[in-house]
Amino acid sequence: MSAVLFFIAAAGVITGAVGVVVLRNPFYCVLALVVHLVSLAVLFLLLLAEFVAAVQVVVYAGAVMVLYVFVVAYVGDAGDSIGERLRKSASPSQPPSIGSGLRLGGTILGGALLVELLIALLGTGLEATSGYGAGYAPGPQAYGTPAYIGKLLLTRFLLAFELASFLLLIAAVGGVVLARRRGGIGEADEHATYAPLDLARAPGTGTTAEGVGAGFGGQVP
Amino acid sequence: MSIAWYLAVSAIVFSLGAVGVMTRRNPLVVLLCLELMLNGGNLALIAFSRMWGNGDGQILALVVMTVAACEVCIGLGMIVAIYRRRLPIDVDELRELQG
Repeated sequence: MSAVLFFIAAAGVITGAVGVVVLRNPFYCVLALVVHLVSLAVLFLLLLAEFVAAVQVVVYAGAVMVLYVFVVAYVGDAGDSIGERLRKSASPSQPPSIGSGLRLGGTILGGALLVELLIALLGTGLEATSGYGAGYAPGPQAYGTPAYIGKLLLTRFLLAFELASFLLLIAAVGGVVLARRRGGIGEADEHATYAPLDLARAPGTGTTAEGVGAGFGGQVP
Repeated sequence: MSIAWYLAVSAIVFSLGAVGVMTRRNPLVVLLCLELMLNGGNLALIAFSRMWGNGDGQILALVVMTVAACEVCIGLGMIVAIYRRRLPIDVDELRELQG
């Protein structure tokens, strides 16, 4: 039973990961990541990590993914289309083969990384990795329950707990500072620049428009 | 299932995330692939924690989740700031620190 559940969840995990990497629309990428996270929570449950699985579903698949969905809806496909337009207008004759070559190189490097990780993880010779884990006795304070994790967090790992909470505070402040609306920064290139003498002369005088007699906005003949 | 199966899945997920980080252009998707890599690490941590039978790996996985949440917060804030300035949302175009 647990083997069947493992293979179903592992297929979900890997399918979701492939979807994140392969799909073109960022919104679908976020949805594939949600599938990945929920399947990963099932794997955590199979490993008897009940509290971490619950946190994974509530915090990751709930809160963080909602943040992603909002940003994708705000930015949208504009990112891709703006990038494409700039690339086309900047260099219309550039062949697209550079990007696909880099993509191929990245995939080959990823495959090499996978082989290396599998050799490192499975070829260790540790006999415990082929076992089924340490002994487990169910109970209200057993391994992986909220009571167990809470006791560890507030005794042995109190410093890590406090540091993590400070990190969250700093990140929240940083996110607000980064994403706030800055006054006029979007229109900075549209503002005309004035020299001090420009304010002293009459409008339209001393310009090329006056020299050719075209006038300046209809004010100077 | 033995612990080795979980480790194999975590290695596959980590490598897929690395491929995504190296090949995708949209910084939003790059952040998603970073999440994939962190999740691969989390799965390995929890599998090793199960192997040893103590909760240290689970605590470390929770800390990794916290760090991932902070990274998402800062990264999405940066993407929104980039979008507000009408810069291209493309990691190939954003080569200079001075936008």
